[in-house]
Amino acid sequence: MVPLSYYLALSGILFACGVTGFLIKRNIITIFMSIELMLNGVNLSFVAFAAHWHTLAGQVFVFFVMVVAAAEAAVGLAIIIAVYRTRETLNVDQVNLLKL
Amino acid sequence: MISVHLILFLMFGAIAVAGAVNLLVQRHPINSALSLIAVMAALAGEYLLLGAEFVAAVQVIVYAGAIMVLFVFTIMLLNAGEEERTKGSRVAFLVGIPGMLLGSLLVAWVVLRHSGTEAVAAGGWTESLANVPARAVPGSPETIGPLLFHEFLLPFEITSILILIAIMGAVVLASKPPSSPPLGPGQGVKN
Amino acid sequence: MTETLNLWLIPVLPLAGAAINGFLGKKSSRTAVSTIALVFSGAAFAWALTVAWRLSSVTLPHQEFFVNNERLAHWIRSGSFSADFAFYLDQLSLVMLLVVTGVGFLIHIYSVGYMWEDAGYYRFFSYLNLFMFFMLTLVLANNYLLMFIGWEGVGLASYLLIGFWFTKDSAASAGKKAFIVNRIGDFGFLIGLFLIIQRFGSLNFTEVFSKVQPYAAETAGAGLLTAIGILLMVGACGKSAQIPLYVWLPDAMEGPTPVSALIHAATMVTAGVYMVARSHVIFERAPIALTVVAIIGTLTALFAATIGITQTDIKKVLAYSTVSQLGYMFMACGVGAFSAGIFHLMTHAFFKGLLFLGAGSVIHAVGGEQDMRKMGGLRSYIPWTTAVMGVATLAIAGIPPFAGFWSKDEILWKAFSSEHGSWIFWLIGVITAFITSFYMFRLLFMTFAGDYRGAKVDEHGHASHGHGHDGHGHGEPHESPAVMLIPLMILAVLSIFGGLVGIGNGFEHFLAPVFGTGPEAATAAGEPAGRGTEFLLMGVSILVALSGAVLAWILYVSSPYLPKKIAASLGSFYDAVLNKYYVDEIYAKLFVKPLVDGSTSILWQGVDRKVIDDTVNNAADGARHVSDEVRHMQSGNLRSYAGWIAAGAAVVIAYMIWLGVR
Repeated sequence: MVPLSYYLALSGILFACGVTGFLIKRNIITIFMSIELMLNGVNLSFVAFAAHWHTLAGQVFVFFVMVVAAAEAAVGLAIIIAVYRTRETLNVDQVNLLKL
Repeated sequence: MISVHLILFLMFGAIAVAGAVNLLVQRHPINSALSLIAVMAALAGEYLLLGAEFVAAVQVIVYAGAIMVLFVFTIMLLNAGEEERTKGSRVAFLVGIPGMLLGSLLVAWVVLRHSGTEAVAAGGWTESLANVPARAVPGSPETIGPLLFHEFLLPFEITSILILIAIMGAVVLASKPPSSPPLGPGQGVKN
Repeated sequence: MTETLNLWLIPVLPLAGAAINGFLGKKSSRTAVSTIALVFSGAAFAWALTVAWRLSSVTLPHQEFFVNNERLAHWIRSGSFSADFAFYLDQLSLVMLLVVTGVGFLIHIYSVGYMWEDAGYYRFFSYLNLFMFFMLTLVLANNYLLMFIGWEGVGLASYLLIGFWFTKDSAASAGKKAFIVNRIGDFGFLIGLFLIIQRFGSLNFTEVFSKVQPYAAETAGAGLLTAIGILLMVGACGKSAQIPLYVWLPDAMEGPTPVSALIHAATMVTAGVYMVARSHVIFERAPIALTVVAIIGTLTALFAATIGITQTDIKKVLAYSTVSQLGYMFMACGVGAFSAGIFHLMTHAFFKGLLFLGAGSVIHAVGGEQDMRKMGGLRSYIPWTTAVMGVATLAIAGIPPFAGFWSKDEILWKAFSSEHGSWIFWLIGVITAFITSFYMFRLLFMTFAGDYRGAKVDEHGHASHGHGHDGHGHGEPHESPAVMLIPLMILAVLSIFGGLVGIGNGFEHFLAPVFGTGPEAATAAGEPAGRGTEFLLMGVSILVALSGAVLAWILYVSSPYLPKKIAASLGSFYDAVLNKYYVDEIYAKLFVKPLVDGSTSILWQGVDRKVIDDTVNNAADGARHVSDEVRHMQSGNLRSYAGWIAAGAAVVIAYMIWLGVR
């Protein structure tokens, strides 16, 4: 059988990839996808712990994470579309109106 | 010790990691999206290995099948092209990458401290499986279902409201803005 | 507890009068204002008389709480220290009480006439009643702290009344000078009080004095009691205008004349003497302090008297005379003859009050002129005033059987014979008596004898440089109205007969329960042998007083050209005396100017500007600079934010791991 730490390592790698993508990518949609990648990594670790400690709550939680991710993706993409309409660009460096 | 489980784990794991790295490397968002779909599929396989059938199915149906399709549609709608190399932020590289590395190292250190080679153990499950048919495998819909509707009923209902809100938000945010300002009272009627 | 005398009424009635006049007086008629003032101060006097009447029914010393309610009277209860609003009645405070209320009431009556035309009429009476309240609190207090309230309060009233015509720069400055110099004395007073608290744990008279009783006299050298005594004397120097803090009293003549009479002759300036007499238990056990008191008193008496010879302003002469007579009182206390000092305090209140009020009458008569060189020959115009001024002058000069003789002679005798006294004090006292008699008769003759040298009083009632506000626009000097003359008469009667209580040591015996058997006992034991010396010295005093009068007659009546020649021959010495020995100028150079300069350069430029202001400004600047740097974080750049988030998350993870590992 596969040790728990393997699953956690895989989960960590996926999460780190997600953070890196979040930091270095310029296309807003790609950044979003990196976020989804992070969520997936976390889901994996939940399920791994659920199997390790024999508790189904982990899997139920994964279910809810997915629901939230879906809602977030929907709203986030809607926002991206709205931003694209006004700024005509998907480059996150050019969406800098948040400065003081 | 080498077993089928380990081989399968490594195979799915390799696909997942390759997909993740490819997401970082690719310049066109559609390629990144497709890589992400590959990651999700591989993760569904991992879930199956862990005995979470229901979660695996939901992963494929919802995540890969709905959310990623949504992403692809958006990429198509916005006609996203290849990414330009713009100089964005020094902070992201100077502070963010080291931060991320540090975090990863810490987590790795914790994991390695507590890890052994103990496998995922078999044994009794903590949730009561009283409502569950005798032959049911933990992780199947028969076992997850009662949990969802008994212990986790409140989150379940709240998430349904959350989805409703998300729908409304997405519709409002993404709809075309009206071409002319809405009419005020008393306007729109000639003389 | 014995029956209550409701002592609290005595201070509170004038306070009520002050409040009513202060708040309602502006819109009220003069009659209403004067009625209120007279009723309340008269009621205080009447109550003081009733207290005196019922004296035999209470055991003295008698203590009472405010409104006879212990809880109402609670003031400070802190650990083992307590001070209450409580009153203390014994023979000493009874004497002071009667003097303050009686003379105060008479001066109130006089002021009705004197201040009638003044625009600030109601304010004057409000302040005057307020002064009475504070002075009575001072006199009746049963602990040093309440006395100190009265002490400060009379200082306040003095400031308000000296600067009564506050639009005049000189009056305002004089008020400030009085208050500030007083405060310097109060500093010493306070340190003395702190020492008392520290050693004896209380400021209550009975407690402190009972704790001091067992102490032996500090003849071996200076000790705690000596320190306390000297510090209390410093306070008394400020309040009672002794060297070196007397400089405010001559300037205080800027105030209206009734103020000078009440505050700067009869009552406030005597507070220092009262305080020293009250603290006699401490002083008797600190011979060095007693000697210091005596030396200061004697020197002041002589010093001020010499200045009085040369002054030409009638009120200034009286002011220096007051300083000098106060010196006598302190000399008495300093040789241990406390009851003699109080006796002189009482008679001085009579004749000095009379002198000031009479001077006010004179000033009123000549339309505001205060320079004696422009007076003269007034006896035909204002006979009544002349008569009472003559009586007062005889009293102050120490000519029997007038009041001043008895008290002054008692002081001189005790200065000579007491165990703390010495013939030096006596000699200087006699010389001063000569000078006193001389300048008082000089004042009398310059003002009333000879021919009138003044300008005709013009239509507006101003003579040359009207100091006061009291002209009527008549053509020539005129007598004062009855409301001013009657108090003069009463005081004159007191000046004639007031001293007779001292015959046969009557006054001393009356105050004996207060002052106990101290040095007086020693003299009583040695009395038979000293009787002869006493009469001899008495004769010397009378002779000296008469010769002063004769000299004044010669110089100012029969040979008026002489004073100028003498002054010219004395040259610069005369100038120095005329200019009060330049003391004010010396003080200005030694103390005032360095203080002001130091204040400007160190405290203002250095501390206030550089330290305080700059600290605030630099703090603001620093905040601005810091935020200037920090604001770069808010760049609007999403990826920067992402970077910071990643770093922050790593920190939080590290912290949690550290928590878990610990």
